[in-house]
This record gives sequence, structure tokens and C-alpha cells, in this order.
Amino acid sequence: MTTASSAGSTRRDFLFVATGAVAAVGTVATVWPLVSQMNPDASTIAAGAPIQVDLAPIAEGQDIKVFWRGKPIYIMNRTKKQIDEARAVPLSNLPDPATDESRVKAGHDQWLVVIGICTHLGCIPIAHEGNYDGFFCPCHGSQYDSAGRIRQGPAPANLPVPPYQFVSDTKIQIG
Amino acid sequence: MSGPSDYQPTNPVLKWIERRLPIFGLVHSSFVAYPTPRNLNYWWTFGAILSFMLAVQILTGVILAMHYTPNADLAFRSVEGIVRDVNYGWLLRNTHAAGASMFFFAVYIHMFRGLYYGSYKEPREVLWILGVIIYLLMMATGFMGYVLPWGQMSFWGATVITNLFSAVPYFGESIVTLLWGGYSVGNPTLNRFFSLHYLLPFVIAGVVVLHVWALHVAGQNNPAGVEPKTEKDTVPFTPYATIKDMFGVSCFMIFFAWFIFYMPNYLGDADNYIPANPGVTPTHIVPEWYYLPFYAILRSIPNKLAGVIAMFSAIVVLAFLPWLDSAKTRSSKYRPLAKQFFWMFVVVCVLLGYLGAQPPEGIYVIAGRILTVCYFAYFLIVLPLLSRIETPRPLPNSIADDVLAKSGGKAAPMVSTVIALAVAGALFAGSAQSARAAEDDTPPSLSWSFAGPFGKYDRGALQRGLKVYKEVCSNCHGLSYIAFRNLADAGGPGYSTAQATAFAAGYTVKDGPNDQGDMFDRPGRPADYFPSPFPNEQAARAANGGAAPPDLSLITKARSYERGFPQFIFDFFTQFQEQGPNYVSAILQGFDDKVPDGVSIPEGSYYNKYFPGHAIKMPKPLSDGQVTFDDGSPATVAQYAHDVATFLMWTAEPHMEARKRVGMQVFIFLILFAGLMYFTKKKVWANAH
Repeated sequence: MTTASSAGSTRRDFLFVATGAVAAVGTVATVWPLVSQMNPDASTIAAGAPIQVDLAPIAEGQDIKVFWRGKPIYIMNRTKKQIDEARAVPLSNLPDPATDESRVKAGHDQWLVVIGICTHLGCIPIAHEGNYDGFFCPCHGSQYDSAGRIRQGPAPANLPVPPYQFVSDTKIQIG
Repeated sequence: MSGPSDYQPTNPVLKWIERRLPIFGLVHSSFVAYPTPRNLNYWWTFGAILSFMLAVQILTGVILAMHYTPNADLAFRSVEGIVRDVNYGWLLRNTHAAGASMFFFAVYIHMFRGLYYGSYKEPREVLWILGVIIYLLMMATGFMGYVLPWGQMSFWGATVITNLFSAVPYFGESIVTLLWGGYSVGNPTLNRFFSLHYLLPFVIAGVVVLHVWALHVAGQNNPAGVEPKTEKDTVPFTPYATIKDMFGVSCFMIFFAWFIFYMPNYLGDADNYIPANPGVTPTHIVPEWYYLPFYAILRSIPNKLAGVIAMFSAIVVLAFLPWLDSAKTRSSKYRPLAKQFFWMFVVVCVLLGYLGAQPPEGIYVIAGRILTVCYFAYFLIVLPLLSRIETPRPLPNSIADDVLAKSGGKAAPMVSTVIALAVAGALFAGSAQSARAAEDDTPPSLSWSFAGPFGKYDRGALQRGLKVYKEVCSNCHGLSYIAFRNLADAGGPGYSTAQATAFAAGYTVKDGPNDQGDMFDRPGRPADYFPSPFPNEQAARAANGGAAPPDLSLITKARSYERGFPQFIFDFFTQFQEQGPNYVSAILQGFDDKVPDGVSIPEGSYYNKYFPGHAIKMPKPLSDGQVTFDDGSPATVAQYAHDVATFLMWTAEPHMEARKRVGMQVFIFLILFAGLMYFTKKKVWANAH
């Protein structure tokens, strides 16, 4: 192509760039469903719908474990002592400061609802163990208090509180 | 790949790697500098198309395996779960299923191309034999993959094919038991087939590497069949062959996408949407289309062992082709007789395929035997004979000469074309005759809102159909693949989430065990599935005069009827896929108290014009005025039938609207892309001419 003008080569370059760009768009559009299929499918999402839990059978000082979205949820009916202990701690002593009031629903102070998964590496802490009248994780020794707040050990954060609300005085809906 | 590459990267990092592992040199010499004959036509792009298909199948297959459960009790349901619930699961499954067919389609073209241009001749014998091995592996892989959905055809296909080995003298039964891992096809069979179906594609990939290696040692054959002599005869692989292959692949993708998005069930069998049932064989066992010619050969031989031997020989004979055809001239372009016989052989293969799908009776058996003889005669008599008596036309001196002499006159129409036309005419006449005989019993083709490339479900019909199902059908038929939440899905009946929740609450669902260990009843939730009317199949059978009413979730995909030649070819272009709803609608309206002469209906059965055999155990389920509609639609059986068939089409394919919508986007994209590729390819090749 000795007689190729600059206009000709520009046209050719444009064609190559356009083809390459369209190919790139197609590749990205193809990758999308291949990645998206890894997300939870419709039946998994539907099974993760909110659940209702009856609190009536849980006596003071007892706790139950229910499962929501495959996660263990601790529901603890706290004693007066446990509540007082949790409220007496100055926030400055806590690695992840949060008041006890912020971790329960107003008017339902005795009910602690937390996701029972240690914020360190995902083991399940044991209730009513450890030095703080709360939870003790046997894997790496993290200790949570009676408000589910981290007090000692390698875990960086408090046990998370799942989204829930009181449907009646003795019934909650989680999710 | 002629000697070590002199390619040296300039980047210091690449240089460092190259000195220790000369991988860039290997890639450069194999896929960049590698000289390809400049006269290759588009039939040669099928090598690249096949590599592409292998990659597509492995990729989609690995993904499907993430969601599939290889257990006899769960496999069928897990496949439905993929299609219904997994994000883009319908797309992945359609791609993998249609991909298998596309893979075979491409491999047949690749093989016929090799046959026509003599690509198996010296020095490419090993290359060809490796290809035959790949083909055998593909057949094994395809067969085992077809078993995995564990539908009726899966199960009975597995039974029939594994029983081929029982023909082996003395050891037959032991071999079959070994293959099954039990006394019949069952869960162990499914598990090992899944394992092997996952393994074999990687074995194929390994043999493909050898195939390509052998190709790069011998060099590519070409349409002229003369070896490249000077540099003028070749062009470098990149960019010339690369861009041409990519253009070929982009065109092939358009063809592929037609199946994925518009005809996903065209190549499948309706029976495979019925879960495997070891107690009932489908009336008409047919393998996938790509095995049909060999299946026809198997059935043509009246002796069991001889039939199996003939079938395997039909494939193995390919491996001996380099020695059966000893003609010095490679390309059939220069072999006037071989060319004629080649096309006749193509027609024989297509006809054998057609016969493989027909019932083994009457004229079909005789035709099958004649064609089987023709098939083997081509390899064992015609080719050896031709290589001795045929006088080839003069070959061009070089590939460059061949390219320059392109403007040859068109040859007169060949004998084989005439034969092919005559055969097609005969087939047409034959099937027209049988179609006339069966015309009365074929369900009439109705017009459906969801037909065609822009089809959408009629929301009103879906809601009315749900009402008919709930008030009438659900007394006997389950709908166990549909959850209440699906009623609020996009592309469905158009209910809101609140309406679906309220609808679910109207049902009582068994749950448990509770803390006391008891099962208990509770109101339905959106995540629950429609409860079935009977606790198990035995109860359903006992309550319905011995015939269990089938679950209706998939009924419109699990029922079909023959369209006949040439109608099934037109159906491919008109996207006709509505046999199922036509059939369901016809059955609901096909009851008649007056039994025609010559039809006898046993006690406890009812006459239905459209039911195969006419004796159906279900009494007439619908009569005028039985269900009232709120929207003022007429309360007639015809309206009920239309609405419930529409509803059941949706339950069978809840994502149809998404499929057709994405299909249109993909088509617009692919046509644009293929057009750009065409011009890019032209620009690139402008330098080579």
C-alpha cells in the first residue's frame, strides 16, 4: 500500500478500534451473567425471609438459639444483674464503644438479640461463659459481655444486632 | 513450528522468563508467525469454531456443576432449580445444551471438510486419527451429559446405550453391571457419569493440544491439496488466519444464539422433561440428533452383536481412511469421480440420520439396510477402487497459482444434487401421506401471545389460568416446581408481592418438626411451593383408577407431537415451539361421549380425540360455566383451555420473556459485531492480495 493516504489509514484505524471496542463490550456483557450466577439464587433469597419467634417460653436468665439465613441468633432473657453490669461499664473501657441501650429495643431492656457469630473469625461463642456474664468464644478466646459487646480477646467488634422488631410483647420478627 | 523460534521479547521481564521457559517463543511460532496457506476457505475456520465451542462447553459446564446435584432423587429438580432460580441459569443451561449440538454440528462440518479435501492423507495420518479419537471422546461426553438431567430420555438412553455392551460374548453382563454399579441404571450410574462427564472434556482438551501440535508439524492442508513451496504460498497466522477465524466464529455465534434464545428445545426431546421413571419406557426412544446415523446402522442389523459391531465399525473405519483411500491427489476438487461420491456419501449420512429418528418398521428398516450398505461401501469399496481407476484433473503448480486461477467457470449441476433433490421429494411425498392419515389426531395450531421473537405472556390469561388450575386441576394435579413467590416474579402473572403473600396465606402447609418433634400445619408463605393434592405417587395412583395424574409444572414442555418433514425445517425458521400448549389445549377440548367406530375404550377410561391411543384415564375435567372470571371473559371450555395452557406454559418456562428480550439484544449485538468483523477482515486481507 505505497499510495495509502493518511485519510485511508485513519479510516482503517477507526475500523480496528471500533471492532475492538465492540468486542470488549461483548466480552464484558458475557462475563456479567457468568459472575452473577454465583450470587444467592431466588430460592435462597426467598428462604431468607423474616421469621417470627415466640419469646414466652424463655424464662429470665435463659437463652435460645434460632437460625435466620443460616446464621445462629441468640435471644437472651437477661437478669437484672446482667443488665446492671452492662450499663455500669464506662464506654471508655470498651474496644468497640456502644451503650447497652443502643443494643436493645426501648421498653424491652431484658431482651438481647444478637447474631451469634464471633467477629474474629466466625466461630460460635458459648452463652453464659467467660468473665463478663456474656459470651465466650472457644476458638480464640474472645469474650463478650451481657450486651454482646467485645471485652477481651482478638475479636475487633461487638456481636452484631440483627434487624428485628417486637410484633407484640412476647413475639419478635427477625429480618 | 519449523525448528526453534528465533523470537526474542524486548521487555526485560519477559526476557528473563523466556530464557527459563520459552513460552512466548512457542506462542509466537505457533500462533503468530506460523505460516498458513493463503488459499484456505471458510471451511477451515471450523477448527477455530471447535476450539471456541470446547471452551464454551467447559466454562458453562463448570458453572452448571456449581448448581447441579448428582443424585437420582434430586438431579431433575436441581436442573429445574438452575433454570428457574439461579441468576441467568436459564441462559447457562440453554447455552450448554445447545452448545453440545453446535459442537457436533461444527465437528461434522470439520470432518466432512477433511474428507473432501483429503486432509487425512500423508503426512497427516496421525493428525486425522487424533481427530477420530477426539470425536469418540466427544460422543462419550455428550452421551453422559445427556444422562445428567435424569429425565425419561436420560434414563432410557443410559439403559439402551449401556446395554450395547451386553452384546459382548461371555463378559457382556458383567461389563454392563460394572458400568451401572448396580443391577440396573440407578444412582451409582448417575454419579459416575457425572464424574466422567466432568473429566472427559479436559481429556478432549489434552488430545486437542496433540491434534494442533500434529497440525503444526505437518502444516495445514488447503483446498488445492498441494503443499506450500515458497513464501508466496503462505501468510502469517496472525493477523490473517486469526482475523478470518474470528469472523467465522462471530458468524457461528449468530447461528448458536438462534438456538439458545429462540429454539432452546428444538433439538431436545419432550420426554426429557418427564422425571426418570424406571417402570415406563417412552414409546419412542431416540438419541440426540448427532448419534442418529449410527443408531440407524445399529437398528438395521437384525442380530444384536452384529448390530453393535456394525455401529462401532462405522466410527472406527474412519481411522483407517488414510490407507483405504490411497489416491495421490488430495483435494476432491481435482477428482471428478471422488467428488460425486463424496456428495452421495453426505446424502447417505443425512438420510441415515433421518431414519434413525423414525420408528423401526416397514420401509424404514429396508431403507436403513440399503443405506448402511452404502455407508460402508463408500469406505471399503468406492474409495479403494477410485484411488486405482480414477484419472485426476491436473493440479495447480502452487498455491499462488491456485489463488490466481480462482475465476473458473461454474460446473454443471452434479448427479448427487439431482439425487438429493429426488430423495427430498420422496421424503416429502411419504411424510405428506402419513401426515394426511394422522391429521385428525394432531392438535390444531392455535395462536399464542407468547409465540415468536417478541412473544409475551398475556397477564389476564395467566391470572385466569391460575384460577382454573386452583379451582379444577389442583384437585388431582400438583404444581410442585412453582412457589407462591413466583406469582410476583417479573414476566409472570403480574401480581404484587403482597398479593402473592396473601395468595400463599390461603394455603395450609405442613411444616416441622417443632420443638416437641411434631409436624404441624401453618399458613403458606411466599417461599412455599404449591402443595400437591396427594402425599405420594401411590396415593395418587390409588385415588385415580391406577393412573397417577402428572405434575403440571412442566407439562407444556413434556408433551409434544411430530411435525413431520419438511414442516420441522420450516419450524426452525418460524420459531414454532408451541406444540405443548397446543396439545394441552386440545386434550382439554378433545373429550367426546360418542366413541368413533373402530376405537374401543376400556372400562374406567374415556375417549379423547387427541390423547395418544385415545383412551385417557382422566374424565372430562372442564365444562362450560364451571369457573367464573372476574374480568368478563367467557366461561367456556375453549377459554378455560386457552388460559390454563397459557398458565402452564409460564409454569414450564417462567423466564421466557427474559429469554426473548435478551435474545433480541444479543442478536442486534452479534449482527453488528459480525459486520464489523467482516470489514476488519477485508481490510487486513487487502494487504495479502
